[in-house]
Amino acid sequence: MSADQFFQYLMSGLTQGSIYALIGLGFTIIYAVTQIINFAQGEFVMLGGMLSYVLAVEAGLPMPLALIIAIVVAAVVGAAMYLLAIRTARRASVISLIIITIGAAIFIRGIAGNRFGVDTVSPPAFTGSGSIKFLGAYIEPQALWIIGITFLVTILLYLFLSHTMVGKALRACAVNPGAASLVGINTKAMALIAFIIAGAIGGIGGIVIAPMAMASYNMGVMLGLKGFVAAAVGGFMSPITTVIGGIVLGIVENLAIGLDWGPFTSAYKDVIALVALLLILLIRSGKLAAAERAG
Amino acid sequence: MMLAWVREKWNYFAIAALLIFLILIPFKWFLGQYTSIMIFIGISTMITVGLCLLMGYTGQVSLGQAAFYGLGAYFSAVLSKTYSLNPWLAMLIAAIATGTFAYVIGYPIFRLRGNYLAMATLGIGLIMWVLFNQLSQYTGGPDGMSGIPYLSIGGFSFDTNFKRFYLVWFFCLAILFLSQNIVRSRTGRALRAIHGNEAAAESLGINVTQFKVKIFVLSSVYASLAGSLFAHHLRHVSPQPFDFLGSVKLVVMAVIGGLASVWGAIFGAGTTRFLSDEILLGFNQFPQLDIIIYGLILMLVMIFTPEGLFIALKSAVKWLQINWRNLPAIMKTKREEFPSRTKNFFGRLSPTRLWRKSEP
Repeated sequence: MSADQFFQYLMSGLTQGSIYALIGLGFTIIYAVTQIINFAQGEFVMLGGMLSYVLAVEAGLPMPLALIIAIVVAAVVGAAMYLLAIRTARRASVISLIIITIGAAIFIRGIAGNRFGVDTVSPPAFTGSGSIKFLGAYIEPQALWIIGITFLVTILLYLFLSHTMVGKALRACAVNPGAASLVGINTKAMALIAFIIAGAIGGIGGIVIAPMAMASYNMGVMLGLKGFVAAAVGGFMSPITTVIGGIVLGIVENLAIGLDWGPFTSAYKDVIALVALLLILLIRSGKLAAAERAG
Repeated sequence: MMLAWVREKWNYFAIAALLIFLILIPFKWFLGQYTSIMIFIGISTMITVGLCLLMGYTGQVSLGQAAFYGLGAYFSAVLSKTYSLNPWLAMLIAAIATGTFAYVIGYPIFRLRGNYLAMATLGIGLIMWVLFNQLSQYTGGPDGMSGIPYLSIGGFSFDTNFKRFYLVWFFCLAILFLSQNIVRSRTGRALRAIHGNEAAAESLGINVTQFKVKIFVLSSVYASLAGSLFAHHLRHVSPQPFDFLGSVKLVVMAVIGGLASVWGAIFGAGTTRFLSDEILLGFNQFPQLDIIIYGLILMLVMIFTPEGLFIALKSAVKWLQINWRNLPAIMKTKREEFPSRTKNFFGRLSPTRLWRKSEP
């Protein structure tokens, strides 16, 4: 592999890793506040991607408006999911909650497939379509948008969590929900906020990735799993490690394909992420189990 | 006198009636038009029973059960077609290979619990699905492979739906009876202890991980046998039934069947199959309806009757048997007079909670 190719793979890894990081942030914020793994996280991304196409291309809305509506809808779906499905199942066991979020995931997916069709769609890029040459690698402007927006979202989330009252209350719920409610924090409202943020972040991930990687109604499962890998690296507690985990996963995936060892064609790219998932789960099983017991 | 005797032997009558009903189904003058769907219900029931043992009794989630189903189908298909092995031998090798695979991955992944176990099994299911698609020199890739031979005994070939119906239901009932015995044995009690409280079970000398892995292997062997029967029935396998939705569909069957119920598996598999293959097919102007309905079923059943639909129906019948005489009095009772536990989230009376409260 030449240096140029290396940079090419590195850049696409960084781009895809940013998306995994965004999805992972959604997992992390919901898990930290509610101890629920939201199996529908990937569907928020799908909603963002599909809606940005439907609104901008089919309905002909101006691009910025379409993107904002897509994000808002994803956030509203997150809120609805919490209010209608999660909150009504009070004191549900872990198995019940897993099944409920999976039910929500395939429900959202079914509605999307029904309303938007089952074809793969490709919304227009935010700006221009030519490539920029940088360090021997060709970079699409959309890739810069993806990396930039991920960076921005992470910073904003960090500022929100550390500098606002609501953000601090969310962190209090993550550390100790019982104590948080004792000092007067409305833990249910916090859970709702966590779902809204996760929905919005998922929607943002969807609108930025769709012009590059295309969108379809069934894209959610695989993306969700990769975001989960990113979140598992951080033990579902730390946004920063989640972002790092996502980016590392994206780069590893792309470099492994770039190395081109014998049977490993690009079709096996997803297998790399899945094996990484299993390895991370097994390596961190002790810590994850401890976190679950504490929660 | 007579009545008491009937009541005592009621279970035997019920089983005999069920058997006669099953035997008659494929005849044209009875329910012959449902033979094909009943074969699929039998195949799905076999997998669902395994999933019920794993999820309902032991309390462990598997979101990759379709992978074992697919492994059984592909092993059978490849061995009997490409390598021209005897289909029965292929089926046996498939079951052993799938069981061994489940055993090998079982020990590491059952170090995980709850959410992480669910994700790990989901990951394994997806890996298998990618492999079914990508190892196209063996599996035929996304198009799959056709021309798999029928099963046969001596010169008797299972070449019609009529014959295969009995073959599939023979396996299915054998698995149901085996599972029923497991549930009622020492092992079954150990599994329920694990579900109730792992630490307590461990302290009573139950080797928790070992039991979980055993049941996982058993459920994978069930799924593999079902896969083999599926391959020799349709004579065509493709990766499509073994994807993530395939696994979710199996969970839907287990959830409808009442997770911790062996016989409920037939009910779950039957309802789901009928829904997707008979009823929803009429709505082709409304695509994706099956997925939407599965999603709704999963959410609603888990929210309102977490023990599963079949069990809830069973306890409703039981409650009515006990309380039917008092029904008018119960209807007249004001809402406020019920203990608060029998009310649901909306402050309304929850039927399921009421049944649970008044069970003897």
